[in-house]
Amino acid sequence: MLFAFVLYTVVVAGAEASPMKPNTALHAVAQELIDAGYREKQAVTERLTTIDDPKTLLFMQIMVEGDLYYRKDDRVVVIKGDDAVTTFFSGEEVTLESKRDIKKISVNNKLRVLLRSGIARLQIFSDDPEMRMQAAVNLLKSAEDLDQTTLEEALDKEENSDVRDVLLLVKGIRMLEADTEKERLQGVSYLSGSLYPDVRGALANYRRAAEADSRTEEIQAADEALKKIESLLSLNSVAENLYFGLALGAVLLLAAIGLAITFGVMGVINMAHGEMIMLGAYTTYVVQQLMPDHIGMSLAVAVPAAFLVSGLVGVAIERGVIRHLYGRPLETLLATFGISLVLQQAVRSIFSPLNREVATPDWMAGTFMINPALELTFNRLYIIIFSLMVLALLALILKRTLFGLQMRAVTMNRPMASSMGIRTGWVDALTFGLGSGIAGIAGVALSQLTNVGPNMGQAYIIDSFMVVVFGGVGNLWGTLVGAMSLGVVNKLLEPWAGAVVAKILVLIFIILFIQKRPRGLFALKGRAADMG
Amino acid sequence: MKKVSLKTLIKASQIIGMTAMAAGVSIANAADDTIKVGVLHSLSGTMAISETTLKDTVLMMIEEQNKKGGLLGKKLEPVVVDPASNWPLFAEKTRELLEKEDVDVIFGCWTSVSRKSVLPVVEELNGLMFYPVQYEGEESSYNVFYTGAAPNQQAIPAVDYLINDLGVERFVLAGTDYVYPRTTNKILESYLKSKGVSEKDIMVNYTPFGHSDWQTIVSDIKKFGAAGKKTAVVSTINGDANVPFYKELANQGVASEEIPVVAFSVGEEELSGFDTEPLVGHLAAWNYFQSAESEANDEFIAAWHNYIGDEDRVTNDPMEATYIGFSMWAEAVEKAGSADVDKVRSAMYGIEVPNLTGGTAVMNENHHLSKPVLIGEIQEDGQFEIVWATDEEVEGDAWTDYLPESANLISDWTAPINCGNYNTSTKTCGGSAVAGE
Repeated sequence: MLFAFVLYTVVVAGAEASPMKPNTALHAVAQELIDAGYREKQAVTERLTTIDDPKTLLFMQIMVEGDLYYRKDDRVVVIKGDDAVTTFFSGEEVTLESKRDIKKISVNNKLRVLLRSGIARLQIFSDDPEMRMQAAVNLLKSAEDLDQTTLEEALDKEENSDVRDVLLLVKGIRMLEADTEKERLQGVSYLSGSLYPDVRGALANYRRAAEADSRTEEIQAADEALKKIESLLSLNSVAENLYFGLALGAVLLLAAIGLAITFGVMGVINMAHGEMIMLGAYTTYVVQQLMPDHIGMSLAVAVPAAFLVSGLVGVAIERGVIRHLYGRPLETLLATFGISLVLQQAVRSIFSPLNREVATPDWMAGTFMINPALELTFNRLYIIIFSLMVLALLALILKRTLFGLQMRAVTMNRPMASSMGIRTGWVDALTFGLGSGIAGIAGVALSQLTNVGPNMGQAYIIDSFMVVVFGGVGNLWGTLVGAMSLGVVNKLLEPWAGAVVAKILVLIFIILFIQKRPRGLFALKGRAADMG
Repeated sequence: MKKVSLKTLIKASQIIGMTAMAAGVSIANAADDTIKVGVLHSLSGTMAISETTLKDTVLMMIEEQNKKGGLLGKKLEPVVVDPASNWPLFAEKTRELLEKEDVDVIFGCWTSVSRKSVLPVVEELNGLMFYPVQYEGEESSYNVFYTGAAPNQQAIPAVDYLINDLGVERFVLAGTDYVYPRTTNKILESYLKSKGVSEKDIMVNYTPFGHSDWQTIVSDIKKFGAAGKKTAVVSTINGDANVPFYKELANQGVASEEIPVVAFSVGEEELSGFDTEPLVGHLAAWNYFQSAESEANDEFIAAWHNYIGDEDRVTNDPMEATYIGFSMWAEAVEKAGSADVDKVRSAMYGIEVPNLTGGTAVMNENHHLSKPVLIGEIQEDGQFEIVWATDEEVEGDAWTDYLPESANLISDWTAPINCGNYNTSTKTCGGSAVAGE
């Protein structure tokens, strides 16, 4: 019996120890990390990055993502995944009684820097060229931590020319610290013309060091390299500002398209336009609440839903209030302003005055990299495309459908349209609904950029009117050109005037412009304009 | 109220007596039986987001105090008014609270401009107000106790942390365009220069309230950060403009390891509005975080969840400041044996109450608190991990030492100085009027 018991414990101990055996150094470090405070953790993490173990890379990757935990009762290191918790060393799934059974092995910024550089040093030998690229770019930040032989080995093995170029930059940065002037100057020549921010930083530091020791020739070399980079950068920054301008223009366009119909085509001064945008954004929120597992798809569902919600509210407003006020712009203005307050308060009562969290799908995040100094953010890129699609669709409806024809007929000559058998009342309601629905769609897009709260519509109402008036009332092309040019002008002014002044300058510009051309950029000509 | 018959009134007061009525109900009771507490927080308009929480905190504290039997044997009666994020209305509502409702104390205000609007009224009518939000300093009123952080209890320690612990040499001071960020950044600029940071290494940027298009600014920050020196952003960006700012940071790939952002106006409440995954590692400086480990904090959080009926609601620094202010006032009333404004004020000095992070907060003669300063890193769950704390409590300084115009000023509301802006070099008192509107 006793023998059996001893045997049992030996077997169990052996079973427990065996999967850990190859990981002893790593295992020991993990145990140290559990107890260490942030100050000690730094030294421990530095050691961690040098452990020669096949699992070190995985350990660091999970740690830097903040998914590394340990079980409180037996100090077993576990990985917290999205739906399961598994032990790190043996890979067994663990069932937890409570969330408090495990505690995070926390990391702060300094540890993340160490870990990322450690990961990069290992990942540079990965089979996946993308991984190697990522590692090489990370190594630019911590070039001095890499030892020479590893770098040479990586350079020798590297077949991908892009990765090789970045590795040469790493080499260049290291050479800036070399002992002989010749080597340092060679380093500068490697770095000249590179757009990576870290390279520029390294060169700037090198220049400062050269200046401190007054090494004239090197100062000059560094200056030349920096100047070359600067001139490339300034080109890029013009392109970048243009892109920012187009992105801002797309937001203005989205916000204004709906108004181009309700105000531009129908002539209703609709102060509740911003609230239609807000309703669209809240619809996105509700849709996401209803399908929490499909955030990626939620926007596709939210677009038609928001169109319907805002559109129906628009029809109701037209039938209930506005149709009684046609031809009385002041009263329409007051009535729609009242409606906007009612809608805001309704949302405040239903959803609370706090902002709502609308999640951004993964495919909206990140950047499209053209070169290291020019990256286009995906969300803005999609919004530019989306706004143009909405505009095209609307133009199609207006020009190619029966409803569009009736709508144009009613705005041009109401009695004639009516006598041709068009039910002008319903056309009015549907037109207003269309404009409101499109504002709702804009709300879906804006929910990805800004806060979703009861007041969000207020931020867009002025801008929308500005775009429509500037572009020319009643003209969709005018709205497009107006929105894009205002966006670009604003963004080109911003770098040297600041956000506040740029906005003021744009407003002044519009006021002066309207003085000169009261009908905006693209004025409608002929009878429709006269009847305005 | 005139038409209510005596019978119903008696009945009503009986019900109140029997059930220790929930807070928020105000019935014209004889003034002698209750101590009236004014609550002056915006419940509508742009500031409602932040201030409604503080109203609820005060009401919760009153309810708890009443459960313990009130103060001096009297029940506390809340009088809630809504100044609607409208600065002049703050002054009117204060007058209403002090003259018509005759409240004994006011808890209120959030923005500095609302406080500046209230100031002349509380001073004229000799009211007593507790102000619970971090602010730019350069003020000390006889009638106001400041339980939020002064610049030396938030901004300066945060910059020290950046310089000493993270080795930051280049600073972006980004803020919303109004009095708190402008004054704070002025103080920080002069502090940074005193630390040997050159003018070239400081970039200052202001944006309007509710700014939503951060593309250019974030891109500028990125470029500014590529000069070979460790760079950090010190953010006094206010309110919900933070959400698009952080979103843009994440989108343009500004990682906290490279360019950390330390914010003075972003707490748990602000973070509960969005997905914090891309923000992990960015920093905030406060005197309190919900994640602080102490028994008092656990109790406070449990009481808050119980009161508000929602386990997901977070606690934040201005709530702790409200908690401290209320506890101090309650203790001062007990100590003075009266709710009379002047007696309570004299009793306030030196009062110690436990704060929620495990230490004690002390009220100083300059109407500011001594409390600890913490730095936290944002986590995935919208909470903060405390990565740094001052070794001891920091005494709030009403007049900063880093601006030439206020370096010589101190505030001491006890004899013999008895002055809110006493000039130590000329030995004169500038009066209680506030400098630098």
